[in-house]
Amino acid sequence: MKQNIDNKQELFTGAEIFVKCLEAEGIDLVFGYPGGAVLHIYDELHKQNSVTHILVRHEQGAVHAAEGFAKSSNKPGVVLVTSGPGATNAITGIADAYMDSVPIVVFTGQVRTALIGNDAFQEVDTVGITRPCVKHNFMITDVKDMANTIKKAFYVASTGRPGPVVVDIPKDITEDKCEFVYPEKVSMRSYNPSVQINDKDIDLAVEKILKAKKPVIYAGGGVINSNASDELTKLAKYLNFPVTNTLMGLGCFPGSDPQFLQMLGMHGSYEANMAMHDCDLLIAVGARFDDRITGRLDKFSPNATVVHIDVDPSSISKNIKAHIPINGDVKDCINKIIKKTMDKKLKPMNLDSWWEQINEWRKKDSFKYIQEKDIIKPQYVVDRLYEITKGDAFITSDVGQHQMWAAQLYKFNKPKRWINSGGLGTMGFGLPSAMGVQFANPDSLVCCITGEASIQMCIQELSTCLQYGLPIKIINLNNRYMGMVRQWQEFFYEKRYAMSYMDALPDFVKLTESYGHVGYKVENPNDVDSAIIEAINKKDKLVFLDFITDPNENVFPMIATGAAHNKMILS
Amino acid sequence: MRHIISVLLENESGALSRVAGLFSARSFNIESLSVAPSEDPSASRMTIVTSGDDNVIEQIVKQLDKLLDVIEVSEITSNEHIEREIAFVKIENKSIDESMMEDLSKNEFLKVHKTKNNEIIIECVDSPKKINDFLRSIDKIAVKIVRSGSVGVNSN
Repeated sequence: MKQNIDNKQELFTGAEIFVKCLEAEGIDLVFGYPGGAVLHIYDELHKQNSVTHILVRHEQGAVHAAEGFAKSSNKPGVVLVTSGPGATNAITGIADAYMDSVPIVVFTGQVRTALIGNDAFQEVDTVGITRPCVKHNFMITDVKDMANTIKKAFYVASTGRPGPVVVDIPKDITEDKCEFVYPEKVSMRSYNPSVQINDKDIDLAVEKILKAKKPVIYAGGGVINSNASDELTKLAKYLNFPVTNTLMGLGCFPGSDPQFLQMLGMHGSYEANMAMHDCDLLIAVGARFDDRITGRLDKFSPNATVVHIDVDPSSISKNIKAHIPINGDVKDCINKIIKKTMDKKLKPMNLDSWWEQINEWRKKDSFKYIQEKDIIKPQYVVDRLYEITKGDAFITSDVGQHQMWAAQLYKFNKPKRWINSGGLGTMGFGLPSAMGVQFANPDSLVCCITGEASIQMCIQELSTCLQYGLPIKIINLNNRYMGMVRQWQEFFYEKRYAMSYMDALPDFVKLTESYGHVGYKVENPNDVDSAIIEAINKKDKLVFLDFITDPNENVFPMIATGAAHNKMILS
Repeated sequence: MRHIISVLLENESGALSRVAGLFSARSFNIESLSVAPSEDPSASRMTIVTSGDDNVIEQIVKQLDKLLDVIEVSEITSNEHIEREIAFVKIENKSIDESMMEDLSKNEFLKVHKTKNNEIIIECVDSPKKINDFLRSIDKIAVKIVRSGSVGVNSN
């Protein structure tokens, strides 16, 4: 009898299995916050050294940090929070990751299975609440499913069009025991992310590419997610096609390349939007024709043949009908096009007159601003940051005017350097996401371009930054307004600035100092360079630069909601 | 345009909410929805009757296909298909005379049940269009109408 027991495989608790799964998955960093339902898991995390847990100050911060980590590396971000408020606090981050296709796995504690549905303490229907803003979610109801479910969660989050996956774990499951085997492979009959690319579609696209007289490549975040920046750049350079990027796509084509038309859309450049409007061939790559990109749908690229390359078939022809839909991984699709054009040395049409037209539009210099003597223009700060860092820093941003100026003026030459909240537009994203970026890139310069309104939404993470010694540089463009709200009120509400003035602001320098960091207030345009340089030179310190900027500056160009691309407000 | 979409989905808790949630979140119409076991014990078949132009239907099919619990989606109205629905109509005995009763009994698509409370339940299995016609004909005397929603299958 005894012999028999000895022969049995060792049993582990659900909490032990949880940690073993993370190890097996190669996860070494988890952002989280403890609470009752996850205490068994925290106890196991405490006993080992292979998975490091980063304690944030609010669960939203944990998710944004995981997003920043995932967006600036090739690994999924991982979050661990407790049930009830732990889960609900995480939701903004989860929705953010859903909109921007960020591969993260969020583990939420849950009340014991016997209590589910009982309105127990810190109970919330996490699976129900998160359902509309996840790629998929699971609740583990048997410890025997733990390893398999976690494997599936990482697989689903990271493959196809990436996205957040939530795994809800009731407390009793973390104390129940079973054997541990981490599955090597996972297969789901209802999920197959590897799409077979239709070669006929590629041939049709190539035919159009070689005949186009006024082509534009419109590339989005999907290029970065697919790690296809090199391929896209190679193809565009060979074809001599102009390239514009969405907000999420910045960096997937070198920002300082002469073929780059800058960002397009509501606050995009004149040349990008005019080229989109006038083109005869529009090649959308890993982009989804968001309403901030298209403006008025019936006036969008009226004369163009639309080729749409995307891994997610539901993104194709959702807003704009694709004449040539190509469903597949962006990198594979571009490689196929390269094979059928560049590798065969097939030449596209001469594009001289198209480039002549584009260069004419470029003369508008639509991102221009004038730096005056006595007040700092917010654009100037971004410009100087770009020059001083030679375009090589990781830049996170919050949401609003500062985000647009950062997108317009910081030229990203590499992918995964520009980390922002595009789809959901989450104020508060900048600082916690910068933490994740710094963890993924410990030796690199990470700057968070923010505003005095956004930064206050997750300011508590300054404490996390101190605990883990994260030397982030915060570039606060402080115009005492929710600038983008104020801009819309100026244009569309006859300057009735309802609730957009930030009264009773804290002294950011003292605030930063009280958290144990370094802060400087900068008011004189002449001090901008020296402040940035000094912040960068403080290599091991978080430095908060509070730039007091012109409160009346607006983001131009601007396409009003519902207007066509060729109807831009330039100043 | 009216369309029938047939969905094979995993028998997971929450799978139904994923489909229902998708329709409400993206403002797609649902005329009827029915779900029941399929030939595979681990999967259910759902029949959704919806309406929309071609672009909307294309999106509905793509979005359904994207759900992880969905194994297979097909739009069955664009090919030959059979569609049936079941309806129960409760009628008070006093509102029906003998000749009407006889007509009802003769109709091969109808079955007549009597309840203990002297009510009549008419069971009707037919295409939704025929059911609509029938319901219109007894509109004034129907006390309660219970419909199953359509199920359909391709017949080509």
